[in-house]
Amino acid sequence: MTNQGCTPDQPLIRVENLYKTYQLEGQANQPICHQVLFDINLEIHSGEFIAIMGQSGSGKSTLMNILGCLDAPTSGNYWLAGRNVASLANNELAHVRNCSIGFVFQGFNLLKRITALDNVAIPLLYAGMNRKESRKRALTLLQQTGLGQFTLHYPNQLSGGQQQRVAISRALINQPQLILADEPTGNLDTQTSHEIMTLFKQLNENQGISIILVTHEDDIASYANRLIRLKDGRIIQDKK
Amino acid sequence: MNFLTITGEAFHALRVNRLRTLLTMLGMIIGVAAVVLMLSIGQGAQIHINNTIASMGSHLLLVLPGATSSGGLRFGSGTVKTLTVGDAQAIAKLSSIEAAAPVISGIAQLNHGANNWSTTITGTTPDYFSVGNWFIESGAIFSEVDLRSATRVAVLGKVTAENLFGNEDPTGKIFRIANKPFLVVGVLTAKGQSLSGRDQDDNVLIPLTTAQRQILGNQFPGSIGHMLVQGKSADRMEEAETEITRLLRQRHRISDRKENDFTVRNLTAIASVASTTAKVMAWMLGAIASISLLVGGIGIMNIMLVSVTERTREIGIRMAVGASHRAILMQFLLEAMMICILGGVTGAVLGISGAWMISQIVDMPIVITFSMIGLAFTFVAIIGIFFGFYPANKAASLKPVEALRYE
Repeated sequence: MTNQGCTPDQPLIRVENLYKTYQLEGQANQPICHQVLFDINLEIHSGEFIAIMGQSGSGKSTLMNILGCLDAPTSGNYWLAGRNVASLANNELAHVRNCSIGFVFQGFNLLKRITALDNVAIPLLYAGMNRKESRKRALTLLQQTGLGQFTLHYPNQLSGGQQQRVAISRALINQPQLILADEPTGNLDTQTSHEIMTLFKQLNENQGISIILVTHEDDIASYANRLIRLKDGRIIQDKK
Repeated sequence: MNFLTITGEAFHALRVNRLRTLLTMLGMIIGVAAVVLMLSIGQGAQIHINNTIASMGSHLLLVLPGATSSGGLRFGSGTVKTLTVGDAQAIAKLSSIEAAAPVISGIAQLNHGANNWSTTITGTTPDYFSVGNWFIESGAIFSEVDLRSATRVAVLGKVTAENLFGNEDPTGKIFRIANKPFLVVGVLTAKGQSLSGRDQDDNVLIPLTTAQRQILGNQFPGSIGHMLVQGKSADRMEEAETEITRLLRQRHRISDRKENDFTVRNLTAIASVASTTAKVMAWMLGAIASISLLVGGIGIMNIMLVSVTERTREIGIRMAVGASHRAILMQFLLEAMMICILGGVTGAVLGISGAWMISQIVDMPIVITFSMIGLAFTFVAIIGIFFGFYPANKAASLKPVEALRYE
C-alpha cells in the first residue's frame, strides 16, 4: 500500500529521544507532572512481530498510542515510513490512521449500534469508498476470518473472541503495513487468546504485515519474534 | 469520505437511535406546533371580531328613547316612547348624518303551512338596509311605496326563512304574521352572531307603517322604539352625537336644567373596544406560544448536549479508524440538521392541521402566518444545530486517545 518514501533498508518506525509527560490537575492549581516515557529510542523494520511487555503503568499503552498517532509525544522525534509524524497536519494523521495503521484494542472498541459488517466497512468509508463496494469488501474479509455467518450481528450478540476477530478484520480492511494491538487478548479466555494470536502470526508470516503487540502474558509474547521490555517508562530489554 | 456516505452515516445514526431522535424532535415539534396553533387562533379571533364589527355597519349611532325620571324615580331607557318618526326624519337631514332609520320591534308568531316560528318583527324604513349593512340574498327589499301605503310585505332573515320554508326559496310566497298574510319580497344574506352573541339572522323586516298600524300598534301613534343613525364619516361621530342631542332637546322642548329623555350611543366606540380586546388576546396567545418555544428550545439543547457528549467515545473510535475532523463534524451537523428539519416540518404540519381542526369545530376563520412559522422554525433549528454541533466539535478536537478514554 502506501510505501511512499519507504525504501527496503529504511526502518518502518524510527523513534528518537521520545518523552511523554502528562500534566495532571493537582491541589491548589499546582500541576503535577507525571513522566510516562523517558528517552525512548526504537527502530522497527517492515515485517517484524514485536511484543512490548511491562507492568501496569510502565508506559506500554502510551507508547502504543504515540506509535499509532492517537497521541502526540511531549518531545522527541517519530518517523513513520520515513515521514516525521510531528510535521503532519490533523487530516494527514487521520489519513495515516486510516490507511497505514490498523488498531486492535483490548476492549474491542466496536461501534455498538451497527452490525459487524458495517463496523468492518467503516475505514473504507473514511477512505472514500462508497457504501456498497465497502460492504462487499468487508463481507469477503469477514468470510476469510471465519465470521461469514455473523455479518449482520451486532457486537453485543457476539462472543469476545468473535468481537476481537471483527476488530481485527476492521484493522485489516485497508491493508495497512502495521498493526498495533494493545492487549488484544486481555479480555479473552486462554483458548480464544491462542486462536487470536495464531491469526496474528499468520498475518505476519503470510502477508508480511508488521505487528506490534502489548501484553503482560509471557505465553502471548512468545508468538512474537522480538521482545521489548519497559519499566517505569524506559526500555530495559530489547531482544530478538 | 464523500458527502453522500456521510449523509448515509448520519441518517443511519438517527435511525438506530430512534428514541433519542424522537425525544430531540419532540422539543421541536411541540415548540413549532404551539407557535403555529396559538398565532393562528389569535389572529383568527381578531379577524372574526373585525368581521362581526363590519357586519354591524360602519359609524353607527344608536338613539334610544327613555331614561326619564319622575319625581326622583328613574326609569330605564326605552320605558317611555319619546322618539318619533318625525325625529328620525329631522336627524336624517343633519349635515353630519348620512341616514337615519327608525325602528319599532316586537315579538310575533309566524306561520307558513305546518311550520310556525316566533321571532322579532322589525318595522323600519328602506334606509335600514344600508345603515345596518344588510344585503339581500334573493328577491329585493321593500320600497318607499310599500312604506307609504303600509303594504303587507316582508324581508326574512336567513334563519327565519329556513324555519318557515325549509329549503325552498320563500321569495314570492305568502306567510302569516300574527295571522295576517304577508308577501315575502326578499331574503337577507346571513350575518351570523352579533358581538353580544345574539343571532342576527333570526328576524323579519317589514315596513315601519305596516308594523305600527297592523302588527305592533301601541298607544302612541307615530312613536318608535329606537333609531339607527349612520354618520357621514368615522371622524365626524362626535359632531353627529352633539348635533343629534341638540336637535332632539330642541324638538322635545327640554329646558336647560332637565336631563335628556333619550340616549345616544356610539356603536363604533363599543366595537373598537372589542377589537382592542381581541388584539390583546392575540398578543397574549403569542406570548404563551413563545414560552413553549423557549421550553422546547431548552429541551432540544439538553438532549443534544447529552446525546452528543455521550458519543465522545464513538467519535474517538471513528477517529482511530481514520475519520478526519471534518468528516466527524459533517456527520454531526447533518444529524442535527435532519432532526431540525424533520421536527420543524412535523411541528408545522401538526400546528396547521390543529388550527384547521379548531376552525372546523368553532366555525372561526384561521390565519396561517408563514412568517411566524419561519421564525419559530429558525429559532429551534439554530438551537438544535448549535447544540448538536458544538459538543461534537469539542470531541473531534480532542486527541483520539482522549476521546477513546471517555466513559
